[in-house]
Amino acid sequence: MHIHKYEKIWLFFGIGSLFVFLTIIGVSAFAQGNQPPSCLTTIDPEKVDETPPFNKPGLVKTGDNEYQLNIVASAFAYTPNQIEIPKGAKVTINVTTKDVIHGFEMAGTNVNMMVEPGYVNSFTKTFNKTGQYTIVCNEYCGAGHHMMTAKVKVVNKQ
Amino acid sequence: MNETMKVDRRDAKLAMAHIYVAFIALALGGFAGLLQVLVRSGKFTLPANISYYTILTTHGVLLGLVLTTFFIIGFQFAAMSRTAGTFSNQVRTWGWVGFWMMTIGTAMTAFFILIGEASVLFTFYAPLQAHPGFYLGLTLVVVGSWISGFTMFAHYAKWKKANPGKTSPLLTFMSVANMILWLVCTLGVAATVLIQLLPWSLGLIDRINVLVSRTLFWYFGHPLVYFWLLPAYMVWYVVIPKIIGGKIFSDALARLSFILFLFFSIPVGFHHQLLEPGIDPFWKYVQVILTFMVVIPSLMTAFSMFATFEMYGRSKGATGLFGWLRKLPWGDARFFAPFVGMLFFIPAGAGGLVNASHQLNQVVHNTIWVTGHFHLTLATTVVLTFFGAAYWLIPHLTGRVMTKTMNRLAIVQTVVWAIGMCFMSGSMHFAGLLGAPRRSAFSTYGNSPQALEWIPYQIAQAIGGTILFIGIILVLVIVTNLAFFAPKGETEFPVGEVAETAERTPLVFENWKLWIGITVALILIAYTIPFIDMIQNAPPGSKGYKLW
Repeated sequence: MHIHKYEKIWLFFGIGSLFVFLTIIGVSAFAQGNQPPSCLTTIDPEKVDETPPFNKPGLVKTGDNEYQLNIVASAFAYTPNQIEIPKGAKVTINVTTKDVIHGFEMAGTNVNMMVEPGYVNSFTKTFNKTGQYTIVCNEYCGAGHHMMTAKVKVVNKQ
Repeated sequence: MNETMKVDRRDAKLAMAHIYVAFIALALGGFAGLLQVLVRSGKFTLPANISYYTILTTHGVLLGLVLTTFFIIGFQFAAMSRTAGTFSNQVRTWGWVGFWMMTIGTAMTAFFILIGEASVLFTFYAPLQAHPGFYLGLTLVVVGSWISGFTMFAHYAKWKKANPGKTSPLLTFMSVANMILWLVCTLGVAATVLIQLLPWSLGLIDRINVLVSRTLFWYFGHPLVYFWLLPAYMVWYVVIPKIIGGKIFSDALARLSFILFLFFSIPVGFHHQLLEPGIDPFWKYVQVILTFMVVIPSLMTAFSMFATFEMYGRSKGATGLFGWLRKLPWGDARFFAPFVGMLFFIPAGAGGLVNASHQLNQVVHNTIWVTGHFHLTLATTVVLTFFGAAYWLIPHLTGRVMTKTMNRLAIVQTVVWAIGMCFMSGSMHFAGLLGAPRRSAFSTYGNSPQALEWIPYQIAQAIGGTILFIGIILVLVIVTNLAFFAPKGETEFPVGEVAETAERTPLVFENWKLWIGITVALILIAYTIPFIDMIQNAPPGSKGYKLW
């Protein structure tokens, strides 16, 4: 099969840049650890209230400047829904749901994950700036989906 | 070649039946879309307690599934009858069986959505549980489309038998490739509906595995978009060259790009599930790589299109680097509408690269950016190409001709569409980058300062959506005219010829066993291990919820 000379040049540069691109995101993922949230922990969705750490949702200090933020999503609320994080804290956010699929998006940040019944999802972020963020449910979950929200305040340490 | 120049009247009726349903779906689904953008502007509420999500489900199902599937099957029936000869009575009868199953299924699905028993959106993610009638209706649509697919395969087999050792007509080949893609991918959605969702909604089983159901859905959900796109490519590769008076750049490369789309559009569903728990990131990355392989046939298509345009322009004496652009028939809606669709595919494709990127996805996932993205791909590139095809296909099938006035109106329609979409999709992209979620009714999220920033963009979406609705009214006027009122006469079904300089097409392209074998192998590589993981490490299943 004959391929025109110009098309060969076009495809060479096109496919070449494609492989450069895939290498970059591959190095970012596997060498630098920038993986999308893909937690493999499972949980019984009907026993979330009895299962630690979700029996006591909220912010827990786990180390020097390191925190865990455990959040329970259910139709149509997050528990807790008012969260204060000290500035500079490295926070591992764990979320699960008691009923249907929800989204967990901290608008304006890279914190964005799917929350599915039976699974815990998790993402770690360091909050270096003070300010307010809105958490919104970004996966349709029913009539009150657009009312499902929570607030995060990043504050200076007392 | 034993090509018939005209689609037989009886085959034309079958194709037109599909096209009528498609445009009725456009009218109703488009109206639902108008209501949505108005609600989201915050200035309008739906009367009589109608739910935003009922309207949204209607919009998605009618435009994403019904308009597309019906138009595509109707178009492909016409294309095969035109290029591989008139259907046998048996083939035509089965074509009608497929049509009625799909139509009854659509009516059933629409009924359960409209009475509020299935506000689950067109992705129907469990454990939201719709009425069994909704799932049953969808099953009928899919099974009906399978019957139409096998009808097309039977017609192709008959042609092969009558023409041993010959390369099949390009449009027939492409239709067969697209239906193979459709059959392989709909197995996933059929599996989740028939094994999981339907028995669960009937109460036969109590709980289902949510992640398995979503994975089966997205095994179908991404190839679905290529099933929409490939018929547009048929128009670009085969029809447009004839309309402008040029030649097909290369028959073999066109076939190669369709085969590559068959390979790389299915084993890629994880790029819709990048942010999900329960799937190892290694397998997500494998599917990201496979996703990006479709860049190759896309680059080939772009090259072919512009090579055809430039060769034609130069044959008409164009000089300079871009002089050939001026020689193109800008006043012909059959060319202009698909061409504008092609232009929109450039930002649409770039946005798609962002969405499928392993990490960048996190910035835009489930924000309204994604909605903006597929309103460029499907609702502009594909739909404008389908409109452009309707402008010759409908009069060809109904024995009429498009008047100059209607052609001018079609040019206006295209411009209106482009302007409306720049507003709507543009502001969706920007609002999405700021974090505005998709699939959500109007909300200020407790007067959050961030959410208040999104409102001006939502008003821009309402303006764009209103302009687009005017575009829908215009295209419905044109289509109604072409189907019922345009003057009687003969309209050509344009089928391009291959350029003399192109080489003979190798026969290996007809080796479907090989292509299907590679497709299945790629699917097994991409899915087997993560799928076994999902089942072995499955959490307790989920009961159904009706939360609307």
